[in-house]
Amino acid sequence: MLVPNHSVRIRDLTLTFGAVTVLEALNLDIHEGEFLVLLGSSGCGKSTLLNCIAGLLEPTDGQIFIKGRNVTWLEPSERGIGMVFQSYALYPQMTVRGNLSFGLKNARMPQAEIDARIAKAARILQMESLLDRKPAALSGGQRQRVAIGRALVRDVDVFLFDEPLSNLDAKLRADLRVEIKRLHQNLDNTMIYVTHDQVEAMTLADRIAIMRAGKVLQLGTPDEIYNRPQNKYVADFIGSPSMNFLDGHYERGTFRSGDLSISMDGYKLAMPQIADRPAILGIRPEHVATGALVAAAPIHGEVVVDLVEPMGSDTLVWAQVAGKPFRIRMDGQARVAPGDRIPIGLDPAKASLFDAKTEERL
Amino acid sequence: MADPASLNTLAALDPVHGRTGAVGDMAGPRGRRPRRALSRGNIMLYGILLLVSVYYLLPLWVMVMTSLKGMPEIRVGNIFAPPMEVTFQPWVKAWAEACTGLNCDGLSRGFWNSVRITVPSVVVSIAVASVSGYALARWRFKGSEAFFAILLIGAFIPYQVMLYPIVILLRELGLYGSLSGLVLVHTIFGMPINVLLFRNYFAAMPEELFKAARVDGAGFWRIFFQIMMPMSLPIFVVSMIIQITGIWNDFLFGVVFTVPENYPMTVQLNNIVASVQGVKEYNVNMAATLLTGLVPLIVYFASGKLFVRGIAAGAVKG
Repeated sequence: MLVPNHSVRIRDLTLTFGAVTVLEALNLDIHEGEFLVLLGSSGCGKSTLLNCIAGLLEPTDGQIFIKGRNVTWLEPSERGIGMVFQSYALYPQMTVRGNLSFGLKNARMPQAEIDARIAKAARILQMESLLDRKPAALSGGQRQRVAIGRALVRDVDVFLFDEPLSNLDAKLRADLRVEIKRLHQNLDNTMIYVTHDQVEAMTLADRIAIMRAGKVLQLGTPDEIYNRPQNKYVADFIGSPSMNFLDGHYERGTFRSGDLSISMDGYKLAMPQIADRPAILGIRPEHVATGALVAAAPIHGEVVVDLVEPMGSDTLVWAQVAGKPFRIRMDGQARVAPGDRIPIGLDPAKASLFDAKTEERL
Repeated sequence: MADPASLNTLAALDPVHGRTGAVGDMAGPRGRRPRRALSRGNIMLYGILLLVSVYYLLPLWVMVMTSLKGMPEIRVGNIFAPPMEVTFQPWVKAWAEACTGLNCDGLSRGFWNSVRITVPSVVVSIAVASVSGYALARWRFKGSEAFFAILLIGAFIPYQVMLYPIVILLRELGLYGSLSGLVLVHTIFGMPINVLLFRNYFAAMPEELFKAARVDGAGFWRIFFQIMMPMSLPIFVVSMIIQITGIWNDFLFGVVFTVPENYPMTVQLNNIVASVQGVKEYNVNMAATLLTGLVPLIVYFASGKLFVRGIAAGAVKG
């Protein structure tokens, strides 16, 4: 049952509040030293799951193992986890040093050891000069660093992050994101990170678990999630601007929508053989070939530009395909205007095909 | 910061700008905003405030003046006039010599009884209420909501309904007539409002702080004493004021649950003032009343600022 290289195992975890099911028989294996991001829109149960792992919420059913130890009924402090909260949650009446030492003192650690650990954490997080300040005298970024330090000094197996960057402004968020990634590279601890920000998820994660309504819809590397989304929800959730969807029919290797027909040669079906059925074709705006690249694409077409949104690094072009709005991401230098007819190219290998009824990947 | 008025003067002295006046126009109005001290609104406002203040202060004035007069002067009948001859004899008599029943040691006995009732009642009730409020806000147990609802209902049941059952209860406990019995009653009756106060205050404190402390290995008591309590001084002050004034001013429980030698100050005051034998000594009565009211008055004056801060705390985040 116990596989040594699994850091956190979650087995059939269920949590209900009265009639509301927040987590539903959820299973998740997190590897040793892995950076796992729980991603989903609000209310999907990602923070609830994290609180269950931390021991702050008692699950209705199921079990949690950390390093092979069943921790389902252990106190948070006995689980070998440290947690970083969105609101920092620093103790306002204590100095930074007091905040860092609170957990160690609760564990009755000798003072010399406490001092050594605080010194080490302060060095790693570059906050030696802040140790005697109160949280009120720190900036948002510094506060969050102290919050990370509080988990660091306790020398835990697993770091839990609950939307740690959501309270920071955009610039600081990007800086601290890099710092967290660097921290993970240096420490090699297992980290579980909850966010609703797909950029954070894509940049930080070794693997992403996309959650919806208390279930994990897809667990995979950022590359898998982006290129081979398991269902339409994941495909729609990841990527900005989001994926184009065409409603139609899949018949013997060809996707038809109205008078449009696209041969799906080169598309890797999830199952070797599938029956003809109503289907949805998903194409990312950045996977539509334009300009000189059209010639290399297996499928060609032409669209009329409706609207142009220049964004500096690239330009988003709105057009109509099969009677529905269709987004195309072009180079920022491309000069197009509404009314222009532009050639486009598609590669079925980069597209995603979903069953119209189940919305699962075909 | 530079005084805006002096800046204005400098601008006026500046030959170029002074002539053209352009800068002044461009920068908009400068200097202090003109305010009319005697606007109609202000007259109205201060007039009403003054009237209301006089209305409320007049009785106090009459009491203080009367308490400083001798009986012959009181019989003259001009209750608003200041004393022609100031005497502190009524105060001394009220404190140390006035008779109630067989005891003739004045209000001092009642004062010390009230202190012996109020201090333990306030300490015990706040200690119990704060921990209960904390538990109800942060350590939800099965049935905690129902428990809280029942507690609140307690606040709406009239005291009179509970008097007799409590008399029986205290008798069975062997506490009837004793000060500790009265302390127990005050503690219990202080629970609903104070638990509500503490629960709401603790519930408004960020939950993540509590979670962080649990992850740091702190238990029920350590979180209470080291995290929650240092952050909740205002609510402790509010609760203390409510309890001190409420218990000090209590008359009903004092007269029902104690025996004459343990009567609190309020009951003794009533017995002095309402005594039907002999001459009515208005000056002594006034002095006695002022003495009894002194404690709540001092509490309000000393903590008024904190009281307002405590009531307002939690209303605004941060």
